[in-house]
Amino acid sequence: MGDWKTITVPVLSSDSKNIFQYTSDKSISSPSMNSQVLRLSLPSSKSMHGFFSAFCTEENIEQSVSYLDRELTTLGFPSIYAESKGKELNLTSIINCMNELLVLQHKNLRAQEEVEMQHLKLGSDMDHLQNCYGKLKEQLELSKREIVGLQERDRQLQNKNRNLHQLLKNEKDEVQKLQNIISSRATQYNHDMKRKEREYNKLKERLHQLVMNKKDKKIAMEVLNYVGRADGKRGAWRTDKTEARNEEEMYKVLLSDYEQRQKQLLVENAELKKVLQQMKKEIISLLPPQKQKLKERSEDGPVLSDLEEDIGELNKENMWELSCETVREQLTNSIRKQWRMLKNHVEKLDNQVSRVHSGALNEKDVISREDHEIETEKLELEIQQCKEMIKTQQQLLQQQLMCPCDDDTTLLLQDCYLLEERERLQEEWRLFREQRKNFEKERRSFTEAAIRLGLERKAFEEDRGAWLKQQFLSISTDYKHSENVTTPSAFLGSSDQDNRLLKSTSQQRKPHCMLGGPFSAEPCQISQYIAHNSSSAALRKPPGDSKPNQWLESDKE
Amino acid sequence: MNFSELFKISGLLGRFSPDGRCLASCMQYRLAVRDAGSLQVLQLYTCLDQIQYIEWSSDSLFILCAMYKRGIVQVWSLEQPDWHCKIDEGSAGLVASCWSPDGRHILNTTEFHLRITVWSLCTKSVSYIKYPKACQQGIAFTKDGRYMAVAERRDCKDFISIFVCSDWQLLRHFDTETQDLFGIEWAPNGCVLAAWDTCLEYKILLYSLDGRLLSAYRAYEWSLGIKSVAWSPSSQFLAIGSYDEKVRILNHVTWKKITEFEHPATVVNTKTIVYKEVEKSPSVETERLSFPPTRALASSLFSTQSKYDISEVPLSLHYVKPAADRANPKMGIGMLAFSLDNCFLATKNDNIPNAVWIWDIQKLKLFVVLEQLCAIQCFQWDPRQPRLAICTGNSNVYLWSPAGCVSVQVPVEGDFPIMSMSWHSSGDSMVLLSKDNFCVCYLEREEV
Repeated sequence: MGDWKTITVPVLSSDSKNIFQYTSDKSISSPSMNSQVLRLSLPSSKSMHGFFSAFCTEENIEQSVSYLDRELTTLGFPSIYAESKGKELNLTSIINCMNELLVLQHKNLRAQEEVEMQHLKLGSDMDHLQNCYGKLKEQLELSKREIVGLQERDRQLQNKNRNLHQLLKNEKDEVQKLQNIISSRATQYNHDMKRKEREYNKLKERLHQLVMNKKDKKIAMEVLNYVGRADGKRGAWRTDKTEARNEEEMYKVLLSDYEQRQKQLLVENAELKKVLQQMKKEIISLLPPQKQKLKERSEDGPVLSDLEEDIGELNKENMWELSCETVREQLTNSIRKQWRMLKNHVEKLDNQVSRVHSGALNEKDVISREDHEIETEKLELEIQQCKEMIKTQQQLLQQQLMCPCDDDTTLLLQDCYLLEERERLQEEWRLFREQRKNFEKERRSFTEAAIRLGLERKAFEEDRGAWLKQQFLSISTDYKHSENVTTPSAFLGSSDQDNRLLKSTSQQRKPHCMLGGPFSAEPCQISQYIAHNSSSAALRKPPGDSKPNQWLESDKE
Repeated sequence: MNFSELFKISGLLGRFSPDGRCLASCMQYRLAVRDAGSLQVLQLYTCLDQIQYIEWSSDSLFILCAMYKRGIVQVWSLEQPDWHCKIDEGSAGLVASCWSPDGRHILNTTEFHLRITVWSLCTKSVSYIKYPKACQQGIAFTKDGRYMAVAERRDCKDFISIFVCSDWQLLRHFDTETQDLFGIEWAPNGCVLAAWDTCLEYKILLYSLDGRLLSAYRAYEWSLGIKSVAWSPSSQFLAIGSYDEKVRILNHVTWKKITEFEHPATVVNTKTIVYKEVEKSPSVETERLSFPPTRALASSLFSTQSKYDISEVPLSLHYVKPAADRANPKMGIGMLAFSLDNCFLATKNDNIPNAVWIWDIQKLKLFVVLEQLCAIQCFQWDPRQPRLAICTGNSNVYLWSPAGCVSVQVPVEGDFPIMSMSWHSSGDSMVLLSKDNFCVCYLEREEV
């Protein structure tokens, strides 16, 4: 419950009532229980004047000013007096204070607004939460009730279940009991039956005795004459021999029946084995073409080979033994294995076929057909061209054959053709011979150049080696002198010269390769160049160096 | 298809001779032997009392007529009509009588199953087999007629004795692990004997000719067990029909079940062909009606033509739940028969009395279901080809073969409820028997 916070102002008694009236007993009830709202509302304009007039009148200005000053200072504002304990008012400080108070007022208003907003928000939140709470409470109630109901049902069902179990048990017990009763009654009946039967047998015996004893003449057979036996033989006495014979015959009958059955079974067995063998062969014949595909699967490789071995063995064995446990097992196992392989293979094929059917088979067809067509067109063109050529040749031949104006002219013509051809051939021969000569010359020059090149190369290598040695030595000697700076140039130069030398030697080689080129001129030029260089370098170089150059020169010449 | 006219008969006793030349039928105490083709009476014999059972000897030379009330068996010869033979059991009474495979001995079972007397027509000798078992199939002969198996019971235990038919010498005698032996049957190859227990125990035992137990098969406990058993002609399979509406097939190599055939009330498999018998009454134009109505018109008005329609699968069949508190309930597989070529098995589920189920043995699957309008009385395979003849107690005869099926009405006046039938050994004709009459149906080669 929010209510006005009464600002008890120690006001002059004359105006206290008004203030109290204004400030007291205005309770604003807010829906929230916890918030204590501080409401500072602006006094209305009407009451404003009253308020001002109530506070400060012409008589108590000083007092009110001092009171204001006290209040302001307590609130932290600077004093409104110009000086402390003075009666002059500092206008600026007053204005400042006023300003500050206004600012404070604004701030407070804003804060109030915010607080009011928050208050509203909180109020709505509170409402919402209370609604939710109410709903959840209802739900909780509902679910509690449901749970109770379900528990009740569960209990009932469990009871029912227990009852049914009990009933079942009872029924089973009853069945068992009835069975026991039946069996006991059966035994009792049997016993009674036996007893009655024994009595009956006794009666029968008695009756039989009486009947036999009576020697009833009536029990007889009257027959006009005895009939012969069906098979025409005479009856025989019953002796031990006949007994033995009967036994023998009985066993013969039994044996013949068994033998017949065994024969039938053997025949059946052989047929089935044959069928199995055939099946096996067919299965094997179906499998090998796909061996390449199955090569990847390492299992099948050895298995197949094993199977083939088995087959060989079994074929032999079956010829020997008609039935043997192990052989039979082997046969059936091998057939089972192969059948499984065949099944897998067929399944794979099925998958492939289904993939192919759904896949891009059409494109391949199209391409191949196009290629095929292109090729056929090409071939047809070729055929046509050949045919045309043949035709023209035939025509020419026919022309030749067909215009035999004179034998002489034809002969002449033929001779002319022949002469022409002969001359042509002769020219060609000449050319051919010239070329051959040229070739031989060139070959000879090549070989000579090759030999020379080899020798030069050797010499060059030796020179190089020596020169490098010299260089190395010169490096070590020059290093001791202080003229190191210049030497690099000389070295550089010499190294350049070396490079040039190398290049020249390499250049020399090239001309050797060219046909009939004026290769003799170049080495002279090069040697001159080298001599020039060597002469310039010889100043610095030890005399050993010049020797190789000279030697080189001499060599080149 | 040709039908002969109706002849009188009693006791459903009409049999073709094994060689197929004659047909024997008896009327009260008279025995008529007719020619199989022309149905002309060849011989007529008169017996002392009402005949209850007749049987041809294996060489078709003799017929025995048994009169149980009087305890007399009379034997007649076809070659010599003057020859006669009478066996009187006197006070011992007579319950059953049959020929031995050689056609020269008669086995009489006395009252209360006291003993089996073997009377010889060749010699004066008489043999007795003591303690025979009083069960449905107590005596079984091998196909080649060499051995005979007899079920016995001594001291409340079951035994089987194997005799050599040539001299009636006991070959083997062994006990069986059954509670109450119900039946025995030789396999067609003569080497295996199947013996099964009463319906209170599902147990079937397989013995070799020399008495060794080869195998025992037991499908389940406590419920009612085996109802019917059939060997396949090649001895490869043994079909066991039980009260749980299933047929179990055992194979001859391991004697283990290779498959189970179920007979549910709803046929679901779309590959099964279902033939449904449908009756159609012929439409008669009202203008043609005249008064008084002629006989032909009357019969045609009220007669109904039946034919087969192919029904769509899935199809639900008429299911009958038997009364639970009665003994020998009408449920389970009551009839089983293999076709001669070993390709088909025909079964009847007593819970679905109007349907015949035909199973393809090569594929071990249900092949055809024939749904009739009335309950199946009897079916029998043609001895030469895979053709099944069915009779349902009305005057139609139904034939099925893999090519199709046909329903033929016997063109007789009045009622002719066919209860039983029997094929001729050549497969060209069959005799249809009702309580009072019989007729012979001749089939053409091209038929069905």
